[in-house]
Amino acid sequence: MNRIDITLAALKAAQRTALIPYVTTGDPSLAATQEIMASLVRAGADVIELGVPFSDPMADGPVIQRASERALANGVSLGDVLDVVTAFRGRDAATPVVLMGYANPIEAMGVEAFVARAKASGVDGVLVVDYPPEEAQAFAALLAKHDIAPIFLVAPTTPEARIAEVARLARGYVYYVSLTGVTGAGHLDTAGVARKLAEIRRHVRLPLGVGFGIRDPESAKAIAAHADAVVIGSRIIQEIESGPAQAAAARAGAWLATIRAALDARDGVPAA
Amino acid sequence: MRMTDLPSDLSPTLPDAHGHFGPYGGVFVAETLVAALDDLKAQYARYRDDPAFQAEFTDELAHYVGRPSPVYHARRWSQELGGAQIWLKREDLNHTGAHKINNVIGQALLARRMGKKRVIAETGAGQHGVATATIAARYGMECVVYMGSEDVKRQAQNVYRMNLLGARVVPVESGSKTLKDALNEAMRDWVTHVETTFYIIGTVAGPHPYPMLVRDFQRVIGDECIVQMPQHAGRQPDAVIAAVGGGSNAMGIFYPYIAHRDVELIGVEAGGEGLASGRHAASLTGGRPGVLHGNRTYLLQDANGQIRETHSISAGLDYPGVGPEHAWLKDSGRARYVVIDDAEALAAFHDCCRIEGIIPALESAHALAYAKKLAPTLATDRILLVNLSGRGDKDMATVAEYDARKR
Repeated sequence: MNRIDITLAALKAAQRTALIPYVTTGDPSLAATQEIMASLVRAGADVIELGVPFSDPMADGPVIQRASERALANGVSLGDVLDVVTAFRGRDAATPVVLMGYANPIEAMGVEAFVARAKASGVDGVLVVDYPPEEAQAFAALLAKHDIAPIFLVAPTTPEARIAEVARLARGYVYYVSLTGVTGAGHLDTAGVARKLAEIRRHVRLPLGVGFGIRDPESAKAIAAHADAVVIGSRIIQEIESGPAQAAAARAGAWLATIRAALDARDGVPAA
Repeated sequence: MRMTDLPSDLSPTLPDAHGHFGPYGGVFVAETLVAALDDLKAQYARYRDDPAFQAEFTDELAHYVGRPSPVYHARRWSQELGGAQIWLKREDLNHTGAHKINNVIGQALLARRMGKKRVIAETGAGQHGVATATIAARYGMECVVYMGSEDVKRQAQNVYRMNLLGARVVPVESGSKTLKDALNEAMRDWVTHVETTFYIIGTVAGPHPYPMLVRDFQRVIGDECIVQMPQHAGRQPDAVIAAVGGGSNAMGIFYPYIAHRDVELIGVEAGGEGLASGRHAASLTGGRPGVLHGNRTYLLQDANGQIRETHSISAGLDYPGVGPEHAWLKDSGRARYVVIDDAEALAAFHDCCRIEGIIPALESAHALAYAKKLAPTLATDRILLVNLSGRGDKDMATVAEYDARKR
């Protein structure tokens, strides 16, 4: 069984909200990413999304664009990202890791080679932003064959018929983009999210994660009232870039801990 | 990648319903945009055969753009070269000075029918931005143009023109600060304002249905040639030659000729400082297939799949991808693609000015340069038709600077 399914099922049984932080691999350095991942797990991350840097991140706002540019300036490739996962697995056999990125680096490596290496590294899920279901049939099938979850986005603009199509291909969780915009945008309409999640649940049995626009304990709690998981990226990257690189992991972990505490308080989990 | 399983009878009916030209094209975008693209596809399917839409489009092309543009026999230049006869399709005579306006009118008419009052565009050299700003003024629409901050500096005059026309030009500071980054930023704007905004893409690239609809709005170039060439030259040309960046002027003139199997189609890519230098923009010749900006096509990329920075003296050709239908025409062998470098394009630019009294755009000068190479190798009764896609007024500063450096 896939680590994502195990983790999210256990949280659901305990009536807890999953916390999924996103960081761009190689920002500020590959070594720092290792420390950041460990720090995020200590702070209460349930799943880690690792961004694969790309030269043209069309769906990302300025914060993740900057992270991607810093990582590329460090020469970080998809192969390096997979090596980071391998190293992480050597220390942490339980926390699921999802790669998030764009199609071209994967196609440049070769889809089959990528899936084989991802499996060997211990990757649990893959989200390719510019592979909507229409273009991802074969890719999703190949991932599923290797017990790696193909993760798909659903947007406020996604009509019901397409949600059913996503439900057919998706494994792990479904990632609801909480607003029409790029990552890290400011406006979050909680009531609108609640309505759309109800619609998605008519078709999707998988856990629902919500991301894009969650940036503090209050917005995390508001979303947690409706979602199974909250995904946070840009705000963590702002912590990472806000000071010296050697303390990036500590800053990211300390910030994520405030979100974990807020979610636990909401979920009625006694403080540790 | 060379396709071995292509049908021998290449049909000009592509793309298929999902926007694929063989293995190329498609809809590689974030989920938020899929519904908007489906809507655009449905609206376009409704209007492409609507006589009222077509009549309005044709009327705008006639009275606002000044179509049909003439075909012109470059007699002195042909004589000097001593071989094939060179004919020019004069898109440089269009309002706003290039072929770009044809497509912009088509898309703006669609936007109006879809009730969108805000249009956005990306631009490199500024020609597509100027055309979009022009039509937005004509139709009373809000217009935002994204332009790499490097290009804003290089093409200051076109920025000024866009401002005069009432558009807001947003300099893009991310990535390489050129056309590809402007496209990324326009996509980000569209994803954020998808309910109110129509994205007018300037070339035959991007997610389906853009490569198809831009081609359909540009095919007027080739359709006119098919009528004009027998009238004025006595027959269809032996070859049609056009510059290829994203590839809209080339697709526009090639498309009606695809079915004319004895007419050779030649696309000319920007060789920059030479293929060996790595500083060029020849995606079909020097790249390999990948996914960028919503479609699968030939891309200039490194071994890790990161998009490479490109170079050409012509800002309009300075793009790391190419329209997916060109990728298909290349693999199928129906068109061939060649490379002309900066110096060759400049030399043809000067010849055209000096011998024919026509100042061509640097983009078009690449096509002229290949015609100049090819003509002397052919008999004097052969005919080469070159798409003179735009005029070179915008390029004065670039040419002056290049020539000064050479001295």
